[in-house]
Amino acid sequence: MNINLTLIGQSISFIFFVWFCLKFIWPPIINALERRKKTIADGLAAGEKGHHELELAKQRFVEMVKEAKAKAVDIINQAQKRHDEIVDEAKDDARTEGNRILAAARAEIDQERQQVREELRQQVTLLAVAGAEQILMREVDQNVHKEVLDKISADL
Amino acid sequence: MVSEHEALTASSYIKHHLQNLTYGKLPDGTWGIAQSIEEAKQMGFWAIHLDTMFFSIGLGLLFIITFRLAARQATSGVPGGLQNFIEWIVEFINSMVHDGFSGKNNLVAPIALTLFVWILLLNLMDLIPVDWIPHIAAVIGVPYMKIVPSNDPNATFGMSLSVFALVLYYSIKVKGIGGFAAELGLQPFSPKNIFLKILFIPVNFLLEFVNLVAKPLSHSLRLFGNMYAGEMIFILIAIMYSANFALGAFGGLLQLGWAIFHVLIVLLQAFIFMVLTIVYLDMAHQEHH
Repeated sequence: MNINLTLIGQSISFIFFVWFCLKFIWPPIINALERRKKTIADGLAAGEKGHHELELAKQRFVEMVKEAKAKAVDIINQAQKRHDEIVDEAKDDARTEGNRILAAARAEIDQERQQVREELRQQVTLLAVAGAEQILMREVDQNVHKEVLDKISADL
Repeated sequence: MVSEHEALTASSYIKHHLQNLTYGKLPDGTWGIAQSIEEAKQMGFWAIHLDTMFFSIGLGLLFIITFRLAARQATSGVPGGLQNFIEWIVEFINSMVHDGFSGKNNLVAPIALTLFVWILLLNLMDLIPVDWIPHIAAVIGVPYMKIVPSNDPNATFGMSLSVFALVLYYSIKVKGIGGFAAELGLQPFSPKNIFLKILFIPVNFLLEFVNLVAKPLSHSLRLFGNMYAGEMIFILIAIMYSANFALGAFGGLLQLGWAIFHVLIVLLQAFIFMVLTIVYLDMAHQEHH
């Protein structure tokens, strides 16, 4: 309980401890705390930014899907239209082609008929001449009776 | 515990526990450790309490080594266990200084940290049962051992007077000698009349001087008194162990209860000492208008 040199010893050790704390303990810890505070603040800001960007990306995504859907509908409509056109065209083509073939066939038939008629006429002429020979019992001179024969041939 | 040449009475037991291990000039002219309370008293000022110095410096080293370890590893990354704990204390002190100290001085926070942790460690020695270490000391031939340094007014005055010196230094540095003198002489009574003003200077000075001197006194005696009283109660409880079994068991219960309550005092006194230091230094930095 006596006041003695211990007082001074205590003061010196106290001053030493404070000096040590001031030089080697306080600054590094406080600096680390400050730096960590900054790091955390930066991290939070970055997180906030990322979140914001995610929102934007989501919006963009929705817009893109909408656009794509509209485009798809467009394309389907166009395709439908084109399809109808092609079918119509094909129908037209087929119709004309059919007409053409029909016309050609008709022409051929006409031609053949003409030919057959010609042949028939000649044969009928020959037959008529032969018939006349039988009737007349004499030979018909082609050249003499040419006028008559031509007249018959023309009538047929 | 008592040494052989003292009878085991309650009073001698208490006195023995309250005696520091003193090194100084013995009556026969040689230097050595005082073997009795009277010898220690006769040594006067030129003696030193070895136990107080040993435990306070030891605990101070424990403080700076632990904190230095944490400070060296301090990174802005994820803190480990020790670093986390140290940082928690540092942040607590930092916020206290931030709230309580309005000036700009890098010294205040380290002082507050040192005082808080050091005093807390010194006070915690109080929770070690009162007979353990003195008994071990007695076995190895050391006559006295008082293990709670904050129980020694030398220790508390050593700290409070150092703080007081800083208060005086910063008062003069910030306000100038004139400003500091004006603070002492022109307050709290400051009449408009110049003649009355001069007349009031002695009165003001008396009031302010007492106020000033009371600061380190109350600062250190508050801590000392609390710890001394706490230790005294532990000693009184310890006396019960030497009575019969029932009283001893009751004493054990009492000691547990008081120790739990004392943890509060230990923390509170360390905290108060630190806060008062911050407040005094803050007052030294403030200019009155």
